Amino acid sequence: MTPVLEVTGLTMDFGGIRALDRLDLRVNPGEIVALIGPNGAGKTTFFNCLTGLYRPTAGDLLLTPPDGGTRRLNGLKPNHVTMQGLARTFQNIRLFPNMTVLENVMIGRHCRTRARVLGAIFRDRRTRQEEREIVALSVSILKELGLGDMINEFAKNLPYGAQRRLEIARALATDPLVLLLDEPAAGMNPQETRELDELIRRIRDKGLSILLIEHDMKLVMSLSDYIFVMDYGKKIAEGTPEEIRTNPAVIKAYLGEDMDDA
Amino acid sequence: MISLKDIGKACIIALWFVALTFPLMVIKVNPIDRIIIWRWHNMLWVGLGSFLCYLAGRAWLMRREIRLRRIRQGLEAELPQRTPLSRRIIQDPVIHRPLLAAGALFFLIFPLLFSTYQTNIMITALMYVVLGLGLNIVVGVAGLLDLGYVAFYAVGAYAYALLNLHFGLGFWTVLPIGGLLAATFGILLGFPVLRLRGDYLAIVTLGFGEIIRLILENWNEFSHGPSGISNIPRPGFFGIQMSLDHSITYLYYLMIAMVVFTIFVVNRLQNSRIGRAWFALREDEIACQAMGIDKTRTKLTAFALGAFWAGMVGVIFAAKTTFVNPASFTFLESAIILCIVVLGGMGSIVGVIIAALVLILLPEYLRAFSEYRMLVFGAVLVIMMVFRPQGIIANIRKTYRIGID
Ligand SMILES: Nc1ncnc2c1ncn2[C@@H]1O[C@H](COP(=O)(O)OP(=O)(O)OP(=O)(O)O)[C@@H](O)[C@H]1O
Ligand SMILES: [Mg+2]
Repeated sequence: MTPVLEVTGLTMDFGGIRALDRLDLRVNPGEIVALIGPNGAGKTTFFNCLTGLYRPTAGDLLLTPPDGGTRRLNGLKPNHVTMQGLARTFQNIRLFPNMTVLENVMIGRHCRTRARVLGAIFRDRRTRQEEREIVALSVSILKELGLGDMINEFAKNLPYGAQRRLEIARALATDPLVLLLDEPAAGMNPQETRELDELIRRIRDKGLSILLIEHDMKLVMSLSDYIFVMDYGKKIAEGTPEEIRTNPAVIKAYLGEDMDDA
Repeated sequence: MISLKDIGKACIIALWFVALTFPLMVIKVNPIDRIIIWRWHNMLWVGLGSFLCYLAGRAWLMRREIRLRRIRQGLEAELPQRTPLSRRIIQDPVIHRPLLAAGALFFLIFPLLFSTYQTNIMITALMYVVLGLGLNIVVGVAGLLDLGYVAFYAVGAYAYALLNLHFGLGFWTVLPIGGLLAATFGILLGFPVLRLRGDYLAIVTLGFGEIIRLILENWNEFSHGPSGISNIPRPGFFGIQMSLDHSITYLYYLMIAMVVFTIFVVNRLQNSRIGRAWFALREDEIACQAMGIDKTRTKLTAFALGAFWAGMVGVIFAAKTTFVNPASFTFLESAIILCIVVLGGMGSIVGVIIAALVLILLPEYLRAFSEYRMLVFGAVLVIMMVFRPQGIIANIRKTYRIGID
């Protein structure tokens, strides 16, 4: 099976510091893959390289949609990466605080719609139709993510857990092939984390692939089909949750962090 | 409540103001009789006035602070959230419909009620309304600080002057051309500078505004230099010859139509896919890009559209004054237009309209106080920014809301 996302030899230097060192990673279609590692290992940097926010020093990023036709993502601007089918959430939530929940998700539809200046001014039939579709789709995504009763709130007024879900909703609105989640469970209570677990499975069941950065080992072990572990910018292990749980290198990297409660 | 320290401070401030206004308020030179009149009593008034103003302002601030502290400590019930008057007026159709109708009627019969002179001033004010609404797209909605807006205004004005001079093109032909030309300039400038942010963007656009003015001033063969271009025809009306009075009235209605057109377009733009992207870009650039919004293109669109209105108003300006020279396009113009946007409340269409009318009409009607009018003008600006930093009408962007079933 061709992986939907394949990363080979990804390297990222900041001045003299090598934040990512020849990383390889694959995500197969319909899989939930986790990327774990101690603080400062370079996980977020990996996402930033993947989504075009950083320009990697070396390496290849390949995206293969189900209909074939592999595309290289290297050097694309962030918006083009999103158009190709990668969508992400941020570790430190980056919503549009003074826009409503609905508008936040509508922004996610931007790259899949076309209305231009003239359309906006004349509001012709196609533009109105498109606008209706944007709203309908955004509302349905929000309802699916349990945000249906907060549609008209300002994003900044949402409770923390809901803000995290709204970020996922906004990313889903871009119709991604692969969804990149950067610590989606951070700051959530156990109840919310359980709901998140279900939510991520539901998204996967709709055919999306998911790459997940997470510190909550219980969540990672229960969700993931496959896990990559990195430390100091290098990949130190990969495998199924069972293999990772018993991997000595991983245990060493996580020294002090209890892996047994998973 | 007011301590001795406050009184001391008030004294110092009073002294400072006395010193500051000394040349303006006390010394009066009579060049004909070659004497200087010392108006010492003015000094007293300024001193006393600023002393009392400071104390009053201080007392007001202190009372508010004390109330806020009591609310925080739970000693006093929080005031029920009152919707501000301006918002109530705008949101309640029962109030704003008659108000709007009265306003529309007033502007429609304005030339019949007032002299040509007054109409002329109103035309200028309306031009600034359109300029303000144009810059509002760039600064208020998209959040790009543009200090060289006047350059696009100049492009429009000179487009009409030169195209008419060399090719005999008429007002109505050049109106869209001027707009498009300015928009092109906007894109040309935008490409290199829109990767800059905040202060840097402000400085570069400021520089651009000056460059355009200096070119117009120094490139004699092209723009006739500082002496400018005169005898620019007023707007025609199916080739009918009009008296001066009539053509001013005509220009007035033309300007009214222009304002209505601008409001319509700007309003639609704000509530569209592009308007949403502009607003989101102002909120968080990185999140925007990650959501698939082309940053450069979206900003360029805002820049070009803003420039487009400036260009069109430029054409109208040239037609109104029948004369253009570089002195009309100084940084002060950019600053005034920016003031209109900031004072009106960033992003608020109604606010910008009110601010433009106030800011342009106020100095005109303050002519009675001739030499102090700029002083009063400045004071009004400062007071506004102290007491209402969010602008006359705080950003009441129409958010997209739907009924939940
Ligand atoms: N723009 C940058 N410039 C310089 N160094 C950077 C930059 N971004 C990240 N780094 C460095 O790269 C390393 C990896 O950081 P990164 O944020 O990717 O870690 P992380 O694995 O996401 O950690 P956490 O689990 O705390 O989120 C850190 O040492 C950080 O200081
Ligand atoms: Mg991180």
